[in-house]
Amino acid sequence: MRLRWPIIFGAMLVAMLPVLLAACARDDGATTIRFWAMGREAEVVADLLRDFEREHPGIRVELQQIPWTAAHEKLLTAWAADALPDVCQLGNTWIAEFATLGALEPLQARVDASAVVEEDDYFPGIWGTNVVDGVLVGVPWYVDTRLLFYRRDLLERAGVREPPRTWAQWEQAMEALVRQAGPGQHAILLPLNEFEPQLSFALQAGDPLLRDDDGRGNFRSPGFARALAFYAGLFERGFAPPVSETQISNVWDEFFRGSFAFYLSGPWNIREFRRRQPPGMEGAWGTMPLPGPDGPGAGIAGGTSLVLARGSRHQDEAWRLVEFLSRPDIQQRFHAMIGNLPPRRSTWSHPALASDPLAHAFRDQLERVRPTPQVLEWERIVQEMRLVTERVVRGGLSQEAAMAELDARVDAILEKRRWVRARDAEAAGAR
Amino acid sequence: MHARLVAWVFAGPALLVLAVFFALPVAAALLLSLTDFDLYALADPAHLRFVALGNYLDLLRTPLFWKSLGNTFYFVLVGVPVSIALSLAAALLLDSPLARMRAAFRTALFAPVVTTVVAVAVIWRYLFHTSYGLVNWALGHVGIAPVDWLGDPRWAMPTIIAFAAWKNFGYNMVILLAGLQAIPRDLYEAARIDGASRWRQFLHITLPQLGPVLLVVGVITVSGYFQLFAEPYVMTRGDPLQSTVSVLYFMFEEGFRWWNLGRASAIAFVLFVVILAATTLLLRFGRRRGAL
Repeated sequence: MRLRWPIIFGAMLVAMLPVLLAACARDDGATTIRFWAMGREAEVVADLLRDFEREHPGIRVELQQIPWTAAHEKLLTAWAADALPDVCQLGNTWIAEFATLGALEPLQARVDASAVVEEDDYFPGIWGTNVVDGVLVGVPWYVDTRLLFYRRDLLERAGVREPPRTWAQWEQAMEALVRQAGPGQHAILLPLNEFEPQLSFALQAGDPLLRDDDGRGNFRSPGFARALAFYAGLFERGFAPPVSETQISNVWDEFFRGSFAFYLSGPWNIREFRRRQPPGMEGAWGTMPLPGPDGPGAGIAGGTSLVLARGSRHQDEAWRLVEFLSRPDIQQRFHAMIGNLPPRRSTWSHPALASDPLAHAFRDQLERVRPTPQVLEWERIVQEMRLVTERVVRGGLSQEAAMAELDARVDAILEKRRWVRARDAEAAGAR
Repeated sequence: MHARLVAWVFAGPALLVLAVFFALPVAAALLLSLTDFDLYALADPAHLRFVALGNYLDLLRTPLFWKSLGNTFYFVLVGVPVSIALSLAAALLLDSPLARMRAAFRTALFAPVVTTVVAVAVIWRYLFHTSYGLVNWALGHVGIAPVDWLGDPRWAMPTIIAFAAWKNFGYNMVILLAGLQAIPRDLYEAARIDGASRWRQFLHITLPQLGPVLLVVGVITVSGYFQLFAEPYVMTRGDPLQSTVSVLYFMFEEGFRWWNLGRASAIAFVLFVVILAATTLLLRFGRRRGAL
C-alpha cells in the first residue's frame, strides 16, 4: 500500500555495488570496466562481450542488466551516489538530462581520433541527438523511428496503386479505403496513448518545437498548426478511431483482420508481424516511409546511445568497448540477434539487411529523421503534447485553444531552464 | 532527580532513533517543499531557489492534482467500507461456533496480506483481462458482455478497489476476530434468554462491544488507503485517462519521474494534512458515539 521509497533501495544497491564487484573480480591484472545495458539488449549483448574480451585480453567487462522501467531512477541515483558505470546504454531522450547534470564525458576528441567511429557514416538526424549545446556526449548504438506498416492488398482493392508520398496523397488513399471499409473498419490506427504520431507530423512540418534558446514552447507556429490540423483531421474525417492502445486487445490480429490498413509503429514490429502473420498473408503487407506535407516526410530520431561516465577511471578501456560495439560487423550481428536497426550506413549495406524488403523503408526513413530539442524537460513536454492533443481529438478543445494551452504549459515547465540559462549567461558575462 | 535521569536514559535510544529517522527527514522534506529542488539543483546547488509557498499554490492550480485527490477520495470512500465489511464478515464466520477447520481458514484468508503485491497483481491482471480473463469468461456464461476492466476509465478504479479490498481484508479480519473473542459470552446468553434474534444480537451486542476495535481498524485503514500507490503502479500505471492516478502516485511521478522533488514534497505534506483531517474527524465521530 505504501510507497516503498524505491530510491532508498536503489541508493543502497548502488552503494553496495562496488563492494560486490570488488568481491567478484578476480585479480589477474586485467582492467574491469562496468557496462550497464537495458532490457532485451542487455540479454543479447553478453554474447558480443565474450568476443570483445577475447580481442582485448587486458579488459574484462562486468555487464549489468537493468529493466527499462527502473533504468531512469537507477541511473540518477547512481549519478547522485557517484557510482555510474564506465560505459552505459542511454535512451537518447535522456541524453540532454544527463549532459545537463554533467554526468557524461565529451567524446568529440575520441571520435576524431578513432578509426572505427566515423561521424559521416551515421545518419545525421540520429547523430544530432547526441549533441547537447554543441558538445558530443554519446555515440548512437541503435536507432528507432516510426513509419507505416500497411496492407498492400487493401490499398490495391481501394484502387491505390502507388504508396502515398505526400499528406494529400495519403488523405486520398485513406478516403478511398474508408469508402470500401466495412463496419468497424478504419483506414489507420493512431493510438491516443502515444505521442509519436503527433510528434512525427510536427517534425515534418518543419517549424522548431521550442523557441528562444529552447526556453519557450513554439506550438503556435504555422508548422505545428498544420501538423495538428492534419492529425485532428484524421479522426474528424473518420479515418482513425479515437481509441487508446489498451482498447485494442491485439493490434497484430486486428491488422491482419483488416480493421485498419495503416499502422504507425517501430522496427520491433517487423518481427512481431512476421511471426504472427496468418498463412496466405505473405506479401500482402509491407512497410513504407512516412508521407510528408510536400513529399517524403521526416521521422522521429529515437534509439539509444553509448556514453562514457565523466567520473570513470577507465575511460580508455571503456572507449574500446564503444568502438567495438560500433563496428559494422558487430552491429550487423547485433541486428541479427535482436532486430534493432543499426545507425551506420555501412552496416546497412550488409546483405542480410540490404535484402530485407521490410527493413528497406526504415533505411529510407532514417535518412530523414530529425532530433527533438535537447532539453531535459523534453519527455515531460511530449507527454503534455499528447494530453492536450488527446483532448482535441476526444472533443472539447479547439485547435487554436490547444496550441495556446500547450505553449502556456510548456512555458511553465521551461521556466526553470530560462532562469538557469539567464543566470549562467550573466555569470559568464561577469567573468 | 535520579529517577528522571534514568527515565531519559531509557527513553534516549528510542528518541534518538525517532529524531534521526523521523523528525529530521520530515523537517528536511518540509524545507525541501519550500524550494524548487529539481534536476538543475541536483546538478548545481546554486540553481536552488527558495519559493516559499509557491509549490503549494501551484499545486492548487494543477488540474491533475485535483483529479488525483478526487480519485483518492473515491478509493477511500468506497474501498474502506467495503474492506472493513469484508473483514467483519470473515471474522464473524471464523468466530461462529459452527466453523470447522478454523486455523486453516484463518491462514487462507490472511494469506493475501503477506503475499507480494507485484506477484498477485500479475495474476489479477490475467483474471481481469478483457478477452482471456476468468472474470469475463464467467460473466459471459450469464450473458454479460465482456468489460474492459483495466482499460475503461469507468471500471479501472472499481477493479483497483476490489483488488485492494481482497489484498488487505485479512489484516483487519485478524484484529476484529480478537475483538470478537473478547466479547463476554454471557451477554449473548442473556440476550438469547430474552428472545433476541441473531440479527438483534449482532446490532446491540456485537457492534457496540466492537466499537473501539472498529474505530482503530477504521483509522488504520483510512490512513492506509489514502496512501494508495502500489496497486495502480503495478496494475495500470495511472491509466486509462489518468483515472487511477492517486495523490501518492502523482507525487511519485513528480518526484521520481520528473525529479521535481520540491513539488513532490509539497504534495506529500498536503496528503499528510488530508489524512490528519480525515482521521481526526473519524476519531471525533467515534468519541461522540462513545466508542473510546
